[in-house]
This record gives sequence, C-alpha cells and structure tokens, in this order.
Amino acid sequence: MYLNSIFSNPERLERLGDIAQSSFLPLIEAAVQFTLPLSVISFILGLFLAVVTALARISTVRIFQWIARVYVSIIRGTPLLVQLFILFYGLPTVGVTIDPFPAAVIGFSLNVGAYASEVIRAAILSIPKGQWEAADTIGMSYSQTLRRVILPQASRVSVPPLSNTFISLVKDTSLAALILVTEMFRVAQQIAATNYEFLLLYGQAALIYWIICFLLSLVQGRLENRFDRYVSR
Amino acid sequence: MISIKNLHKSFGELEVLKGIDLDVEKGQTIVVIGPSGSGKTTFLRCLNILEKPSDGTVEIGGLVADFSKPMSKKQIMAFRKQSAMVFQHYNLFPHMTALDNILEGPLTVQKKDKAEAKKKALALLEKVGLSDKADSYPHQLSGGQQQRVGIARALALEPKVMLFDEPTSALDPELVGEVLQVMKDLAQEGMTMVVVTHEMRFAKGAADEVLFMDAGRIVERGTPAEVFNHPKEERTQRFLNLIQNTDTI
Repeated sequence: MYLNSIFSNPERLERLGDIAQSSFLPLIEAAVQFTLPLSVISFILGLFLAVVTALARISTVRIFQWIARVYVSIIRGTPLLVQLFILFYGLPTVGVTIDPFPAAVIGFSLNVGAYASEVIRAAILSIPKGQWEAADTIGMSYSQTLRRVILPQASRVSVPPLSNTFISLVKDTSLAALILVTEMFRVAQQIAATNYEFLLLYGQAALIYWIICFLLSLVQGRLENRFDRYVSR
Repeated sequence: MISIKNLHKSFGELEVLKGIDLDVEKGQTIVVIGPSGSGKTTFLRCLNILEKPSDGTVEIGGLVADFSKPMSKKQIMAFRKQSAMVFQHYNLFPHMTALDNILEGPLTVQKKDKAEAKKKALALLEKVGLSDKADSYPHQLSGGQQQRVGIARALALEPKVMLFDEPTSALDPELVGEVLQVMKDLAQEGMTMVVVTHEMRFAKGAADEVLFMDAGRIVERGTPAEVFNHPKEERTQRFLNLIQNTDTI
C-alpha cells in the first residue's frame, strides 16, 4: 500500500527524493563524527581490557582469576542498554555525572572487554604448549613470551571472532542514541521527527550501517590473508 | 660439566624419577634409552627445568640448582641458560622465518648486537646445511629441515650443554639421517650432549656412554658396546630384544 501510494503520486516521490538527499549528509556526518569514533575508541580500549582480563583468567593467581570472572559475568549477564542507563542516568544520583560520549565509550569498552576476553583467552589456550616451552628454553620472560610468541599467534586465531565483536559493536553504538549521543541513529530519529518519514530515514540509517559493516568484513578478509602467510593450507 | 645427585620428580602421587645420579664430562655425548614411561624424557626436561624436579641437585657448567629449596624465577632463568633444548616436535615459532627463529634468543633475550647476531645465525644455518632457507617459514620446510633449524636455534644460545628430546622420532624415516648427521658433527666438535633417542645407530656411532632407564631409575650404563652387546641386566636385554626385533621386521 505504502509503495503503491508512493509510485502513484509523483509529488510524494519527489518529496521523498528531496528528504533522502538532504538527510544523507547529516547522517554521514553523524556516522563520521560519532558512530565511527565511538566504535573505534571503544574497540581499542576494550581490546586492551580484554587482553588484561584474559591474562588474569589464565594466571595462577586466584584473586586475579576471580576479579576477571566477576567482571565478565556482570557484563555478559546484564543488557547493554541497562549498563548504559546506569552509567548515564544512574550514576548522577550518587554524584557521578558523565557526559554522553564518554559514558558511551566507557559502556561499550567494558562490554567489548568482557566479550573479547573470552575470545582472546580461547585463542591463547589454543596455542600449543610446546610454544611456551620453546620460549622458556630460549630464556624468554613471561612478558617476552606473550609479546613475541603467544599473542602474535593468538591474534591470527582471533581475527574472525574479534571481527564479529567489532561489527556487533558498530551496530550497538545505535543504543547510544538513548543516552543522548548524537550518533547516526539519533540524527535519523531527529530528522524523522520533523517530517514523519520514518521508513525512509531508518532505512537510510540501516543502509549506512550495512555499508560500514560490509567494508569491515572486507578488512577482515584482508587481515586473515595477511596472517595466513605463515600457515600451510 | 654436568653433575646430578639424587634427582627426584613426582607428578602428584606418581613418582617418575626415583633418584638419578649422573656425572657427564665436558664434550661427552650421553644417550638415554628406555621404554616409554621410563622417565627418560622427564629426566631430560628436568635438566632445563621445563619440569621442576621435586628434590636433588643438578650442577651444569659450574652453576648449581638445589631443588630441595624453592627457586626464584631469576635463578631458574639463569640455570636454564646453561643448556638448550631440541624438541621432538621441533616447536619452531611458526610466525617467524627460519632466520628469525634462530635470532629470537640472541636478540630478544640476550640483547646482542643485531649485525653480529645475524652473521652468527647465518653461519649456524650453513652449519646445519640450510643456508638457502633463511627466509622460509617453518611450514615451508620438511620435518628434517625444521628440526635442523631447531638445532641451530638451540646452538645460537651458546649453551654449555645440548639436550635432545627424541629429536628424530617425529620424522619420516628418510629424513632421520640428515638430523642425526648434524648431531654427530656436533658430538665430534666436542659439544656436551644428552640425547634421548631410539636411534641405536646414533648411539653406537656417537655416544660415549649409554644409559638404560626403566621405572624412574638408571638400570644400566656403559659404553655402547657394553650395553648393546653385553647387557648385564635382564630388563636391558628384554628392551634391546624388543627394539632389535622391530628393526628387522
């Protein structure tokens, strides 16, 4: 019915074309200004957190193991949206006020940190024991072994699952709209609120998300190829 | 060069080494044989503290490790430097070229001068007959070639003692000879070596002494001729019979 009414009405078609054209730039701007930085910053911080958490999980120190377990359990066991709301709307009640963007960065980083830590832990455990032993006999310290031997191999194994994490993150940043970050989805909402063309605006936003994620999957393929040069197929 | 006294190792309740005593002179090649489960690999790994012995002392190159007392990481690392290990499954770093594998110890750990270390690494590659494979990744090499890189990597650490843990048992039969040749050359150059192996030909050709281990103890020891031709212990005889039978099959 909707499509019928569009194509039977040239004026409406023209109006939709105009809106699509004029809203495209603001959406892209919001993506470049907020969606992408939010994704990239949170992913980098999250990865760092994930490596630390993974190492804590496999360490022999009980207390480290438990801190890591509790952290992962809390983050994985509660909805991302609830976490963001606690950070942005909840904490001011106890006197901690965080701006929307930093609040979002904290929330997403904590999230990536928890999920990716499991990926990295599994990747580290997948490296044969002989690699640790070879590093030992060469005289490497624990941190040298990690840096030079284990993590380079573990990162190869982690590329596909971490790409998943990153792609999920890009889409999850739309939730930041609900804590007032003017990222792409919020801009789409704002524009739609003025002209009531919800399908068009949300469709446009979806298309841009999809394009970003498609480009990311291309990058993933490249990374996999690069890492594969040292493994036989 | 090596002096081992009353070496014990238990995994939980299971006592794998029940008191090993052994002295090895500088330049000697010792071959350790024995049935699987006899503790020979554990024994070798204890010398590099890949397994931490439960009790006893080991002296290598003047440095003593007393395992009846707790050891700090620093002490373990210092003691490890005395020897270098060659593994059954090579354990090369798959993400590094042959040359980088060899350079890893000298550069990352020993912080040696890069140009000098590289020159030495290339010389080691030549020594093991792989000059043309410096830039190959491990997966591009045959098992025998990988093991020879493994030997070069161990030699690059300039250890006083070389430890070999069944270095040819993962290899296809036709590749065993090239690895054994490198080891024989090393023995002749005066390297002190402890070799766990099933290769009787190597033992006969290169060993100064053969140890037969069973159930966590050294059951018999002597020159290759003594142990192989005139074994005194019944267990040694039985083991040698089994091996020689499979050789002729």
